[in-house]
Amino acid sequence: MSAPLLQTTDLRLSFGAVVVADNINFTLHEGERLAVIGQNGAGKTTFINICSGLIRPNSGRVHFDGHDITGLAPRAIVRRGLARSFQLPQLFLEHTVRDCVRLAAAGRLGRLGLWSPLAKAVAASEIEHVLEIVGLRERGGELCEALPEGQRKLLDIAMALILNPKLLVLDEPTSGVSTEEKHGLMATIMAALDTRKVSAIFVEHDVDIVTRYATRVAAWISGQVAADGPPAEVLADPAIRKNVIGE
Amino acid sequence: MSKVQARMGPAAMPTPATQPASARSRPIVSPPAIAAAVLLVLALLLPVVMPWIKTPVIIAACFGIAALGVSILIRAGQMSFGHAMFSCAAGYAVAFAARRWPWLDSTVLIALGTLVGAVSGLVIGAFVVRYRAIFFGMLNLALSMVLFAVLGKFFTLTGGTDGMRLARSTFFGMDLERAGFETALLVSVVALALGLGLLVRRYLNSVAGQALSAIKTNETRLEFLGISAYRVMLTGYVLSAALCGLSGAVFAITQGLVTPEMGYWIRSGEIVFISILGGVGHPVGAFLGAAIFEFVKVFAGAYMIGASHLVLGVVLIAMVFFAPRGISGLLTGARKGGQP
Repeated sequence: MSAPLLQTTDLRLSFGAVVVADNINFTLHEGERLAVIGQNGAGKTTFINICSGLIRPNSGRVHFDGHDITGLAPRAIVRRGLARSFQLPQLFLEHTVRDCVRLAAAGRLGRLGLWSPLAKAVAASEIEHVLEIVGLRERGGELCEALPEGQRKLLDIAMALILNPKLLVLDEPTSGVSTEEKHGLMATIMAALDTRKVSAIFVEHDVDIVTRYATRVAAWISGQVAADGPPAEVLADPAIRKNVIGE
Repeated sequence: MSKVQARMGPAAMPTPATQPASARSRPIVSPPAIAAAVLLVLALLLPVVMPWIKTPVIIAACFGIAALGVSILIRAGQMSFGHAMFSCAAGYAVAFAARRWPWLDSTVLIALGTLVGAVSGLVIGAFVVRYRAIFFGMLNLALSMVLFAVLGKFFTLTGGTDGMRLARSTFFGMDLERAGFETALLVSVVALALGLGLLVRRYLNSVAGQALSAIKTNETRLEFLGISAYRVMLTGYVLSAALCGLSGAVFAITQGLVTPEMGYWIRSGEIVFISILGGVGHPVGAFLGAAIFEFVKVFAGAYMIGASHLVLGVVLIAMVFFAPRGISGLLTGARKGGQP
């Protein structure tokens, strides 16, 4: 098998007495679609936060695409090709929807000039294409703060998607999105990732979504990876069904 | 629809049929442009009718340029209560240079002041732009008070609280009498105000400028787009310091005197006041704010002695309640964070 895209070694982090990452040794290969499942507080978001540079582990290393990225600033990690979206949408609320995506694209291209207007910094077709994927093209000219929660989520994902990452980490992409739109959204995102050959990790609670879109599932319990394997196998495990899915 | 078309998917999307809403249906002459034109005409014609108003207009333009600088940082949600230090530093640099090399032209002195503002902005900014909100405001204030104290104490070098006098230098190589010199300064500073307003507008609409206003709403996300918030802030800080430096240099040349008062915290407060009064949504706001500020100061000083601050206070309270986005906000009728 090819060299791992993401690899963590003995990752440990605790907040006081609470251990949120307990010796996590984890490997992700190119092309995988990993669903991370687990109950609230199991350490799923913490794992993502460590990998994306938002928080530093107490010990252990994170390697991405052959480089040690432990302790690097988020922007340095993003530039290496690991982008993420957030559970609570992180937008520029006083900018328009289109400008948020433009800023993201300008960030990727490293175009931070003082002269050329943001509106012209990136090809319009690229911006419109990404907005189309998440279904926000019609609302491109509106301020982000006018968007309902579900659409804020979509914009958050669009801003990560336009970074053209090698690995996209989605923290609960479908929470806050209506049930009827969930599958459509996941299908479009996954299709976009397929086209660009982007690997993905997504935190998800919906078993149906996990079954349909993941090629691999990792179940988190108390800061540890309790099960890791193909969806059919992990989701059939009685211990996982009891402790993670809550049956 | 053919199968081929269906399979092509989003990549074959038609190009946008309509322009983004922001670019649509803009009037040819916008209210801020009209306001800028009115200010320009007033600044150049009023002194013809009332020659004594020449200096107040130059001072107002100086305040406007400084407020333009401070408003850049306010767009990032950061308020500096110490930016007069850059005007002060530039003023003293001009005074020292003019004393050492009396043959230096006013234009060279103004350029020097701007450079000193920018360089001190880079040095101080490298440290203070790591901080936000009250820490940012207070650090700037503290540093400005250090400069104020140092200039006041080193009597032999700086003349202490009495300051330093500057002889009138040439202007574009011309030796001018006082009236001619003031007219030349007036025309230059008004032209500078217009040019700088346009340049700042260009900057605010640029990627760096838009990233700067994104710091106000979500700095964390900016980092996750691969953009260094530090770099973006430092750029804004240096620009704002350069503008304050330029303002201080012109102010010093106009007055023929520099004192530590130029860097006193009240002066910084006045610049912030003007920025808020005028609004930071559009560069013309800084000059509208400065015009009103100077007008109230001059006329309340003449007709309501000792009450100018009372009038300005009432104006600020009214603005906060009825037009929190300043006069330029009223003019643009604007969306938040919109393009100036």
